[in-house]
Amino acid sequence: MIEQAIGEIKEIEFPSPGQILRQRTLSHKGFMIGAIVLILILAVALLAPVLSPHDPYHQELSKRMINPIWHSDGTWEHPLGTDNLGRDYLSRLMYGARISLLIGVSSMVISGIIGIFLGVIAGYFGGRVDMFVSFLITTRLSMPVVLVALAVVALIGGSLNVIIWVLGLLIWDRFAVVMRSSTQQLRSIDYVNAAKAIGCSTTRILLTEVIPNILNSLIVIATLEIAHAILLEAALSFLGMGVQPPLPSWGLMICEGKEFMLFSPWIITIPGVVLSLLILSINLMGDGIRDITAPESRS
Amino acid sequence: MFYYTLKRLSLAIVVAITVSFVTFMLLRLSGDPAMALAGENATPEEIEVVRHQYGLDRPIIIQYVNWARRALGGDFGVSPYFNQPVEKIIGGRLGITMTLGGCALAFAICLAVPMGVLAAIRPNTWIDRVALTISVLGQAMPSFFFGLILIIIFGVMLRWLPISGSSTWRHFILPAIALGYYATPAIMRLTRSGMLEVLASDYIRTARAKGLKAGVVLFKHALRNAIIPVVSLLAVQFGFMLGGSLVIETIFAINGVGFLGYESISRNDLPMVQAIVLLVSMFYVTLTFFSDLLNAFLDPRIRVT
Repeated sequence: MIEQAIGEIKEIEFPSPGQILRQRTLSHKGFMIGAIVLILILAVALLAPVLSPHDPYHQELSKRMINPIWHSDGTWEHPLGTDNLGRDYLSRLMYGARISLLIGVSSMVISGIIGIFLGVIAGYFGGRVDMFVSFLITTRLSMPVVLVALAVVALIGGSLNVIIWVLGLLIWDRFAVVMRSSTQQLRSIDYVNAAKAIGCSTTRILLTEVIPNILNSLIVIATLEIAHAILLEAALSFLGMGVQPPLPSWGLMICEGKEFMLFSPWIITIPGVVLSLLILSINLMGDGIRDITAPESRS
Repeated sequence: MFYYTLKRLSLAIVVAITVSFVTFMLLRLSGDPAMALAGENATPEEIEVVRHQYGLDRPIIIQYVNWARRALGGDFGVSPYFNQPVEKIIGGRLGITMTLGGCALAFAICLAVPMGVLAAIRPNTWIDRVALTISVLGQAMPSFFFGLILIIIFGVMLRWLPISGSSTWRHFILPAIALGYYATPAIMRLTRSGMLEVLASDYIRTARAKGLKAGVVLFKHALRNAIIPVVSLLAVQFGFMLGGSLVIETIFAINGVGFLGYESISRNDLPMVQAIVLLVSMFYVTLTFFSDLLNAFLDPRIRVT
């Protein structure tokens, strides 16, 4: 009798939180498109040595500026053509994805650590700590990122590491701003008070009560900052002060192709479109995660 | 209001001092300025002469204080490249960058505010989707790539507009679009969400209920209130634009402060780079100060907190 009743209850059970999340994720078009494109780019980046038809650094001056396959004189040997030094454009594009993603993720991690630390202590402690952190954020925002990054990279010399660190040390502001306000909202919530009451240390409260509860907005900011760092790297490389040749950065490819763009526009549109696609897919995923995890904040 | 102004002003001043200090240190610590100023082929003796001439052998704090004191009086030193005072060179280029920034901002407002309003009046329709697409694409496309595309389409293929230089007003059209498009998404999103919020409020229902025309309700009652946060965003965006105009000015060969900054970085013109970074930062600090005041003036609740 009782078992039967339990069985009936089970049948009318509501979907579990996991099922709701899966349902929301799969039905969110923007997120799915972004995720598929991003996974494709990620796979190409990881498998670049296997997938690329040629060595991205191999120059063959007799094969300069071959047109891509959609031109009448294109060949399948170089589906996206070759650049002004006769290097296979498709292979360079594939290896370029590695550089963009590497710089985007590494800079995000550095800026994330700085920004989360500052934001969380400002929001949790308030008072003077908050005043000081707000002052740091305002100061950072007043400095023009492109100009400062360009000047510092030019003085130190552009290498992959320098760019990652310069960008990481510059773009922590959004992390700090968002973490500060989210932590402020959590500070006086019941379970944080309860943790305080049973004598948890501040570090423990911050790490086990506060941060897990702001994880959603954290992930959203992290995706946006990856996109931000990739865009900045492309701009620096485009201006000739980011990733140095012969590395195949997409921004650098646009820079190198600039002088040929009047007769062969594809030489800048190919890396430009791929770069925009990557940023678009990351942004779509970020917006998607925000909608999925917090549908009430959808604007 | 007086207390609030005072508080904001002192914060702005402290930030300004810090920014100037950080900029100074950053550029000094990231390389030997004497070596950079003397050029690549200088002998050690020549470098020493330069070091002494520019006072680079003194403690760095003294150097900063001297530099800051002179900068306050409008003296930013002599550019080794132009062999002229830095402030004179920058002064000659400032107008061009301001014009470009102003045009770009005007373009962004003309595109973003109507789109935002339309998207808010008809949420979840095709208008809303078009607005959303424009804003999503605007965020994804790097400004330098967008600038180059404009050059290819309107400058080379259609031959409608000039693509480099800054001699006539027509030279400013493409760069202003390239620079302004980047600010569009933020303005449009804020206009849209502000309008949505206001349109759902009680006083709009009252205005509609008493039989006011739709246009009057929309522009006189709704937009006026929704636009307040947008105005302060505009100030911030204008500040960002002056920083971002470096890329656009370089692409379109516009002789403004941004292009000057890029060139000065390339040729190690340290006094010039310092002055430009400081100038752009100060401009941003001033803009945010006034936008804070404007916000507090329009919304008394802000003054209390």
